[in-house]
Amino acid sequence: MSIYSNNSKIRCDRMVTLIIDGTKVQAEEGSTILEVARFYGFEIPTLCYHEDLTPYGACRLCMVEVKDGRRTRLVASCLYPIKDGIEVKINSDKVVKRRKLLLELMIARCPNSKTLQDLASKIGLEKVRFKMENKDCILCGLCIRMCAEQMSGGAIGFVGRGQKREVITPFRESSDICRNCGACMYICPIVTLQCRGTKSPGDLCNSCLIITPQCLERYEQVMCTLESCGKCVQKEEK
Amino acid sequence: MIRTCQELQALQNSLLNQRDPNKQYVRVCVGTGCRARGSLDVLETFKEEIRKQSLEIKVESKQTGCHGFCERGPVVVIGPKEIFYQQVKATDVNEIVSKTLLNGEFVDRLLYQDSTTGQKVQHEHEVPFYKMQTRRILANNGRIDPTNILDYIAVGGYQALAKAISNMSQEEIINAVEKSGLRGLGGGGFPTGRKWRTCREASGDIKFVIGNGDEGDPGAFSDRSLMEANPHSILEGMIIGAYAIGANQGFLYVRAEYPLALKHLQIAIDQAKEYGFLGKNILNYGFDFDIKIVRGGGAFVCGESSALVASIEGRMGEPRAKYIHTVERGLWNKPTNLNNVKTWACIPLIVNNGADWYAKTGTGKSKGTAVFSLVGKVNNTGLIEVPMGTPLKQIIYDVGGGVPEGKKIKAVQTGGPSGGCIPEELLDLPVDFDKLTEAGSMMGSGGMIVMDENTCMVDVARYFLDFLQYESCGKCVPCREGIKRMLEILTGITEGRGRGEDLGLLQELAEMIKDFSLCGLGQTSPNTVLSTLRYFGEEYQAHVKEKRCPAGVCRSLIEYTILEDKCTGCGACLKLCPQQAIQGEQKKLHVIDPTKCIRCGICRDSCPFIAITVR
Repeated sequence: MSIYSNNSKIRCDRMVTLIIDGTKVQAEEGSTILEVARFYGFEIPTLCYHEDLTPYGACRLCMVEVKDGRRTRLVASCLYPIKDGIEVKINSDKVVKRRKLLLELMIARCPNSKTLQDLASKIGLEKVRFKMENKDCILCGLCIRMCAEQMSGGAIGFVGRGQKREVITPFRESSDICRNCGACMYICPIVTLQCRGTKSPGDLCNSCLIITPQCLERYEQVMCTLESCGKCVQKEEK
Repeated sequence: MIRTCQELQALQNSLLNQRDPNKQYVRVCVGTGCRARGSLDVLETFKEEIRKQSLEIKVESKQTGCHGFCERGPVVVIGPKEIFYQQVKATDVNEIVSKTLLNGEFVDRLLYQDSTTGQKVQHEHEVPFYKMQTRRILANNGRIDPTNILDYIAVGGYQALAKAISNMSQEEIINAVEKSGLRGLGGGGFPTGRKWRTCREASGDIKFVIGNGDEGDPGAFSDRSLMEANPHSILEGMIIGAYAIGANQGFLYVRAEYPLALKHLQIAIDQAKEYGFLGKNILNYGFDFDIKIVRGGGAFVCGESSALVASIEGRMGEPRAKYIHTVERGLWNKPTNLNNVKTWACIPLIVNNGADWYAKTGTGKSKGTAVFSLVGKVNNTGLIEVPMGTPLKQIIYDVGGGVPEGKKIKAVQTGGPSGGCIPEELLDLPVDFDKLTEAGSMMGSGGMIVMDENTCMVDVARYFLDFLQYESCGKCVPCREGIKRMLEILTGITEGRGRGEDLGLLQELAEMIKDFSLCGLGQTSPNTVLSTLRYFGEEYQAHVKEKRCPAGVCRSLIEYTILEDKCTGCGACLKLCPQQAIQGEQKKLHVIDPTKCIRCGICRDSCPFIAITVR
């Protein structure tokens, strides 16, 4: 059990059948939609999720539409335990529209994160309608969970609420518990190398959408072995 | 110590026999509202005066909890005739004692005057504010001394517990609650019986019950009043609930900013333990139960059930996804049944009077009564209880006495900061869980804010978002970032920087926050924006397109001017203007310089000829 959530998993051997985007799949009861979807190769965007950390459910990018019996609702796939017979739609119109706006809010807060900029290009976010800020923390809580769960640390935590929420050591003093291992920085989606696109820092980049990917010149068939930039897929769709 | 049900009955009988029905009594409200207006002084003076005149044998004086009519506090009731005095000061006590207590005469100027008929009302139950109500949960609020368990036992307290534990099986209790149709009065409206059943059937040897008294909505004070005035009714409900569910430990999570409620609850728990209603082997039926008070974490969000549970566990008060419910895995991962304190207080009523009696009041799917804190632009501010399904109009005009100064009503905001605004056209709406949700608002914790024609709905939406941006826990992005951006847009609109596309973006944001947020607080946070956009779209358009605030509230969009034909040149405004923005010679027309004017409105309030208007 983590200090930040008490969603300890129930594991059992019973297999259940569910439908993800029209495909019938089988999985162990008690696993989450996100785990099952990723196992079968469906892509669901996430930010605050890491497979080796307790799911936190804060970024809401992984929201999907779930039909359980007659009831349809939107759930966070990283936390929702699968049930027999549910139907999952990862990219329903409603979800896609809201997910884009959500990412727009994230980019407006932290425009200099490559992780976020890549996501934006991937899901086709082309305009940010809010005043850009330049914060260096999206409050995903990955660093806190990393420190507590993987490094047996617990040197940092959330402080404050609402607009005043931040990640900090207790009483803002250097912590005795911190061993300067750097795991928090390693996992942070914001303090990575910045995107060196065509636009000035602080804007929505979208470079990947504008330039022609090199893979198209090198390979006749689209066979992207790196993490897909998404350009090729989007071209096909258009 | 009461060991059996028979002993309890005997105690109640002896308490009633000791009481002389003709003995006079003075009941002084010492709820927070009346206390702020000096009711403690009034009570002390009464005691002193009675002692001085050696009236102790003939007159009993006692403190009670909130009577509900806070607008008219301090409230004093003289029995046994139930003479109702309002706005009593310590200096009035002497006269009340000599006239009313000794000679049976009325003190005319302290009686309540009906604003419509102009008639003086002598007795408490005749005051229109009380006459129109159905007081059940609040029935004993102004009658008993909250710090004395014997007072509660005398009015039939703990009889429901005795009945439940001796005559009813656990299944029967849950059946009764289910049949009564009681729904969570904290605002969620989840069927209480079904919740109890799930918790009872959940696997686990240790179970918990929690009473939620972390009321945080601006303008709501129903939970506070109940905890202050009748703490034993909450305890009794929790004991019965715990017995039915199979829990041996309960927690009362009470807002730390409610010191009086905390004090009274602690006294009540101590007394209940002393009398054997809490602790080991309750009433000799082998059932153990104890209640512990937990002080609230000081955040609005701690009233949300999963955040509350986290807060009791000692973690940060932030919600978690409830795909696995608290009734299955809640406090320390054990099955936990959480109900609002008002819901708990309904349980003794249902057990005593039967499920059918409870279900007789109310509408199709909302049974019983609803408690509202009626505030805002209404004559009779206070705490009210009406049957579910009472039309809004009846609440505001009959109980609330209408809008002051004969102004027109514009909207009613229910459900606290996450509720919505219901426009004047819908005032015939019967108030229950489902009808309010349909209208884009919600029951919430029972705040009801009446707004008159001088209210700007855009500004109202902005105000509530400003509250929410600091009270959102900040865990999930839609709520934290979304509210901030909605507030940014609304502030822009009220300051004249609104753009055409703003309203669309606002709607889009509100829908996203509603669908994507993690907890109930986040999901309901855009309700004020959505409902005002839905019902007051024209007002938004006027702000955005014409840069005009029709209600004359948004300072950047209004201009104060002096009417030529009405100004007499008296100079009253000129002297008071803090910016020296008004110029003019005596007895000649005055003029306001709009560049210097800060739109504070002092000139308008000071003008004896109503010559200053807002455009």
